[in-house]
Amino acid sequence: MTNEPIPNLVAFDEAALDQAFAALERQARDGASALSSPEAVEAFRLQWLGRKQGLLKDVSDRWLKAASPAAKKPVGERFKVLKALVETLLDAALGAGPSDAALAAEAIDITLPGTRRLTGAEHPITRTLNEIVSVFAALGYSIGVGPEVETDFYNFECMNFPPGHPARDTQDTLVVAGQERRAQRDRLLLRTHTSPVQMRTMEQQPPPVRIVIPGKVHRNDAQDATHSPIFHQVEGLCVDTNITFSDLKGTLDHAMKALFGSSVKTRFFPSFFPFTEPSADVQISCIFCGGKGCRKCKHSGWIELLGCGMVDPAVFAFAAEKQPAYDPKKISGFAFGMGVERIAMMKYGISEIGQFYAGDMRFLSQFA
Amino acid sequence: MKILTNWLRAYLPPLPVDDAQLAEDLTLRGIAVEGIYDLGTGNGSLYEMDITTNRVDAMNHYGIAREAAAIYGVALLPLNTELPKHSPSAKDFSVKIEAEDACGRFTARVLRNITIGDSRDWFPGAEVDTYFKLLEQKKISNAVDATNFAWLAMGQPTHAFDLDKIEGGIIVRRARKGEKLKTLDGIERTLDPEDLVVADHAKPLALAGVMGGWDTMITPDTKNVLVEAAWFEPMAVRRTARRHGLHTDASHRFERGADFAAAPVASAIVSGILLANGGFIEGDLVDVRVPAMEARTAARKPVALALSEVRRILGTTIDKDGITAATVENVLTALGCSLAAQGAHDAAWQVTLPSWRLDIEREIDLIEEVARVYGYNRFANTLPAFGGGVTALPWAQAESAVRDTLRAAGFHEAIASTFCSAAEAALTAPQPGQSVPLGNPLSEEAGMLRPSLVPGMLSMIAGNLHRDVSDVRLFELGTVFSGTTEKVDERPALAFGAVGSLPQQSPLHPARLIEFHDLKGVVEQLLARFQTRAVYFDRFPPEAGLMPAWLHPYRAARVTAEGATVGWFGQLHPAEAAARKLKDPVLVGELYVDRLYKLPLRKPAAREISRFQPVRRDFSLILDESLTWEVIDQTLAALQIPELVEWRVREVFRDKRIGARDYSLLLGVTFQASDRTLREEELQSFHAQVVAAVGKTGARLRT
Ligand SMILES: [Zn+2]
Repeated sequence: MTNEPIPNLVAFDEAALDQAFAALERQARDGASALSSPEAVEAFRLQWLGRKQGLLKDVSDRWLKAASPAAKKPVGERFKVLKALVETLLDAALGAGPSDAALAAEAIDITLPGTRRLTGAEHPITRTLNEIVSVFAALGYSIGVGPEVETDFYNFECMNFPPGHPARDTQDTLVVAGQERRAQRDRLLLRTHTSPVQMRTMEQQPPPVRIVIPGKVHRNDAQDATHSPIFHQVEGLCVDTNITFSDLKGTLDHAMKALFGSSVKTRFFPSFFPFTEPSADVQISCIFCGGKGCRKCKHSGWIELLGCGMVDPAVFAFAAEKQPAYDPKKISGFAFGMGVERIAMMKYGISEIGQFYAGDMRFLSQFA
Repeated sequence: MKILTNWLRAYLPPLPVDDAQLAEDLTLRGIAVEGIYDLGTGNGSLYEMDITTNRVDAMNHYGIAREAAAIYGVALLPLNTELPKHSPSAKDFSVKIEAEDACGRFTARVLRNITIGDSRDWFPGAEVDTYFKLLEQKKISNAVDATNFAWLAMGQPTHAFDLDKIEGGIIVRRARKGEKLKTLDGIERTLDPEDLVVADHAKPLALAGVMGGWDTMITPDTKNVLVEAAWFEPMAVRRTARRHGLHTDASHRFERGADFAAAPVASAIVSGILLANGGFIEGDLVDVRVPAMEARTAARKPVALALSEVRRILGTTIDKDGITAATVENVLTALGCSLAAQGAHDAAWQVTLPSWRLDIEREIDLIEEVARVYGYNRFANTLPAFGGGVTALPWAQAESAVRDTLRAAGFHEAIASTFCSAAEAALTAPQPGQSVPLGNPLSEEAGMLRPSLVPGMLSMIAGNLHRDVSDVRLFELGTVFSGTTEKVDERPALAFGAVGSLPQQSPLHPARLIEFHDLKGVVEQLLARFQTRAVYFDRFPPEAGLMPAWLHPYRAARVTAEGATVGWFGQLHPAEAAARKLKDPVLVGELYVDRLYKLPLRKPAAREISRFQPVRRDFSLILDESLTWEVIDQTLAALQIPELVEWRVREVFRDKRIGARDYSLLLGVTFQASDRTLREEELQSFHAQVVAAVGKTGARLRT
């Protein structure tokens, strides 16, 4: 629809303005009263408010812009009133719309369940690994990785488990077939811990080192509620000049608070690992009862969560074969390791470790 | 391990703490008390203890008493080794150590006129009856109980022989090939020439440090006894025990290093108890030592220790004074070291090591002892100085892009077993024969390192269906293995599997089974995360032998990106589905993500969006069954009309009325220019070009 162009104003006195605007107001009211369909309302809107050819734009272009500086104000005021009127009329016309009966015929059952698209879940192990890794990333630890099939050298010997040492008995090992003819240190096995990556990293890189090593490990263990031949570890290694046992304590205390909440307390016990000295087990105050004692913490108020210690000089000696900077007289470091399944079981209330590896949709959906 | 607090306290002056506090103080110093049981008035408590393998010295009452003495700074009482005067003998009992590399010390004491009988509380310090009852340790005879008492008291294994069954004297030697020995467990063993034995001049008597022999065991008729207390080399005992599948208290201790100086003490304890029931000692204690072994144990060179090194390793303490020279001296002295001050500027010592602590060898071991007894929780919590920025793994972003895409597509992440059966490996190995068996698998079904993630995926899918979960969407990112038992190669892989209805289930819309193209869409979306110019799906005739055997030969595709095969997917081969009792079609695939990760991730870039009206046109085509969409697709691409901005299949329709070998395809095309509104003549020309091109492929325009 094209509008009749409005006439130019000949006089800008009050009376002339009143008359001209009153004519437009009448035209708007008449038009609005005749609106009967949404299409007509839309046409009305375009007629008046159309950005290119709307009547109001025309008024603005022809009357307002042509007004002398003295007349600008009276024209402007009347223009505003007219515009408000048109908008009010339009709102009223729009509000009318289809009848209630017409709308009622379109009713739907909004109590039917919403159509959901399945969202895939992050595996609770991946999720826990990522949480742990990001806590240490914030402390300046990069991620280190290594192979799942390792040599006896990396898994045991360089971690200060000499051949025939009783400490090896604590880690029942799955071995690759046909290794008997090979030299002990070349024999292939499934890594029993992520510690070999400590050595692989130190061989590649002089100190300082700050790495966190997430990974899958295997032991020749029978499956029960809390043990599995497959499990995951996160191991950490920090080597530099002047790294101390109190730095180890502070780092792990901070990490445990970041993972389990700022009210968590830590305590350290002497322990034994061939690759660290001094070695410690770390307990955190029970996250279920806050340390008062409950079934989950066997009424002790504490939960054992990780092993750690200062890197044994014998481990540095192996690293120094390729990177002489690992001189235990000049540098020092700490290492720590934790079982991811155990932490995930605790965090999410999982009672059977086997659920992690069954791919059961019902179990996994809970983590979406 | 069970420990009686009454027995332990018998070796100490009165302690200022109760049993609960003692347990906590010990535990905080690494001597872990796992459980405390009250034994009733006057009986003290029983500790259930878990001592780490390096601390064999503390796996007995006296060893734990020594720890308590160090903690509370009190003096440990000496063990009672007093014995009645011995009667002279014409000739010392003959003892010879032939295997000097395996036996460091052998003591033998001859007791005569002994009466074998029940045990009782013999004298103060030998309350065998009371202690054994509280420990629920079975009493056997005074001879056996005496050796057990010495073991529980101080952790030194001893052995009592029936002296009259010994011919000549004792020789500690390696076994001779083919020699036989019936051990105390009643098993007749054929010995290995590497086995270490305690023998007499005619025959082996015992597996040294592991188990005594049947023929020389104490019986109710035994009159004369030879008490053995010795020091055997750890590896020799370990090898002998391993070879015979034995793990005894004695082998446990010797394997981890016994106390070289303990043999005569234990011998005295055993002899004292036996003599309390009558009898006498004949001759001096025969004590044969190997100097080289003594130098490795009881007479080790002192170790240098500096206070500065203690502080460099241990750091800051909560207490202001921290660890001082006095702390170091007090702790180490209480543990049995002797310290000689050395060095003028800094506190430093030469530390002589106790014979019972073979785990202490180096300065760091001494530093650990200082930290342990001082108390780990008295160290402050400090943080290391900044050590440089963090570097990400090169594939970290790509891996999370893959994870995100699959999760957004409704797939849950799963983790399956690392192992599979030989049959599964043969079925799924990308390179035939390149699968690696385990030497000691958990089970036959887990005998191989998985060459593919497909076996695990299939078993997880089957597991769900058998649990009546009918809609399954899973993916796994994991390692697959290839190569040989000499050299194993590892690669990251991605598997995905789907079965059941499409996820958009709703009471308002009909469900349908997921099918090949649903999965293809997921693969396309995955690949779209990477910067690829050429992604291609193809298939091969079955006779080409290229298609993995686990896939349906006519409903599967190879995926290539930039010319490299990046994986396979499709419907599970019906034979494999039947073998696994899977009724609904299972869709499964595997991508070699290491090849994907070599591609850069696609970087989003914005393009100008045309302001001009697009024009859509539909073409209804009839095609021969052999004419694939790909041909139409490539034909339209080859037109190279810039204004032909999009074309897609809107519908595929099969009906007998169209023709037995024909199908109909509704092609939707969009024309649009970036700089103008298309004129009618232009549109007509494009239209004609499309019709002509499609016609050349053999497709007919439906009228
Ligand atoms: Zn609790």
